[in-house]
Amino acid sequence: MLEQYIPIFILIALAVLIAVAFIILSYLLGPARPNKPKLGPYESGMDPIGQAKERYSVGFYIIAMEFIVFDLEVVFIYPWAVRYQEFGPGTLWAMVLFITILLLGLVYTLKKGSFKWDMLPGSPAK
Amino acid sequence: MESVNELLTISPIVIIGFAGLFVMMLDAFTGNARWSFYASLFFCLAALAGAVQNVLGPTGTSFYSLVYYGGTASFGAVLVLTGTLFSLCLSKDYLEQTGNHIAEVYSLVLFAAFGMLLLVQANHMIVLFLGIESMSIALYALAGLLRDQKKSVEAALKYFLLGAFSTGFLLYGIALLYGSTGSLALPEIAEASDKGVMYWAGVGLLFTGFFFKVSAVPFHMWTPDVYQGSPTTVTAFMATASKSAAFVAFILVLSRALPDTSQQWQEVLWIFAVFTMVIGNLLALVQENIKRMLAYSSIAHAGYIMVGLAATSGAAYSAVLYYLFAYTLMNVGAFGVVAYYECHKNCDFTEIKNYAGLGFKKPIMGILMSVFLFSMVGIPPFAGFIGKYRVFAAAIDEGLISLVIIGVLASAISVYYYLSVLVYLYMKEDETGMVMKRPSTLYSLALIILALLTIYFGVHPGLLTDFLGSFYSVTW
Repeated sequence: MLEQYIPIFILIALAVLIAVAFIILSYLLGPARPNKPKLGPYESGMDPIGQAKERYSVGFYIIAMEFIVFDLEVVFIYPWAVRYQEFGPGTLWAMVLFITILLLGLVYTLKKGSFKWDMLPGSPAK
Repeated sequence: MESVNELLTISPIVIIGFAGLFVMMLDAFTGNARWSFYASLFFCLAALAGAVQNVLGPTGTSFYSLVYYGGTASFGAVLVLTGTLFSLCLSKDYLEQTGNHIAEVYSLVLFAAFGMLLLVQANHMIVLFLGIESMSIALYALAGLLRDQKKSVEAALKYFLLGAFSTGFLLYGIALLYGSTGSLALPEIAEASDKGVMYWAGVGLLFTGFFFKVSAVPFHMWTPDVYQGSPTTVTAFMATASKSAAFVAFILVLSRALPDTSQQWQEVLWIFAVFTMVIGNLLALVQENIKRMLAYSSIAHAGYIMVGLAATSGAAYSAVLYYLFAYTLMNVGAFGVVAYYECHKNCDFTEIKNYAGLGFKKPIMGILMSVFLFSMVGIPPFAGFIGKYRVFAAAIDEGLISLVIIGVLASAISVYYYLSVLVYLYMKEDETGMVMKRPSTLYSLALIILALLTIYFGVHPGLLTDFLGSFYSVTW
């Protein structure tokens, strides 16, 4: 049963081997003359201004959630639409139901003020 | 007409799913949490009626045999909806008094109940997984409802991380079972002949997932934190409905998908039942917070129920269903009384020591609490006694004598911590001199009905036990 996977294991072993070999070779052979700008996070960009652990506005997360509504719709509608001829008209109602439920989720977030970007920082959504 | 009949077999699922969306829209357009409350009560009653109708009807499968209805599955729906209905009745007052009355609670509770109903009626591993996921995701959000309190956020995060992890186990188990048996439908898994290593790895991972959901030791770590951090009425919902749903689904998987290998997994359940009963009861002894105490007690109850599962006979399964019913009644009741005390803001009524003298101040609440706690101990004439008796009796019939002895001893330990609450209620002097509020009519009515049902099914259990036994007499 496992025999058929042997080529994959050989491939994995080769990949690891080559990657490790390149790292070691470049460490041994490559010239290393470090200076301060070279070691910075962005060698030819701006200097970093602080940690990445900032608190982001919750609005971004709500936008991400709204994206999921459309994303899911696409994920399911696209394969369904391609094969619609075989599936038959009954599946249309299933898809209508599915989209309605997702739409209700979108209506809910809209009504709760997810697109009101003019609010002051820290004030609750009205 | 045919499709209407098919829809009727899943009427509780359809009603509760629609209700969740409806209540969510009601909140979005009116913003009035009261309306959401009444609407969810109404839909819950309607779904309960549908579930009762299914339970009285025949058993069978529908929707391309994805769904199983009647018998154990529909009784599971009744259990879930009973827990949901009563904890909803208690929710409005409690959340209003503690200043957390937001309408999302109701839609989340209904979505969780939708998942539980799907879980109990699943005849197919994917439906089962869908049910567990929609139940869990709603419960994660409910656990973090009091988002300005550290404990609640901690509870939600812990529950989410551990729950997501355990779901992974469950899904991996399902995948391996599919790999070894070639099917995801429960009856077809039972028919498969190849029971190799992959099959057993799958069964083990599936059990791990279920053990997490029913909070069996050693997968119980999240339970006390989550039960303590969530709002008390939501805790009542989690502790009863989600646990009943997980246990009913567990019974259905054991009896319909894995019946021919029961000799082997019986021993696994035996060991986990011992650990769950002993450790749950021992840890409950040292708790000073009543919600944590009830959380550990619910772990211990899961242990007793697993004794019934380990017995693997029809009588044992029907005893477990009875136990789950009694467990739902008394646990919602006990959490309800705690929630009532918590409505008084100037004192932290989750600490057991603050219960001193409350039994005489509010005599009816004291009596109700006594009824629920005595029922949990398993003292006649309450429903908890009959449940425990029937589970242990069924286990003895199957020859699990040592397991039952451990169970009875563990249950004897539990007397101490349940009765210590009553000692505080009745035998200590109250020093605060605070005035207790009057609970609303609906609130006290719900608690009194729960207490009456607890007594009724303890005094006159025959009707229900015969009915539950009939699930396993014909098709068994």
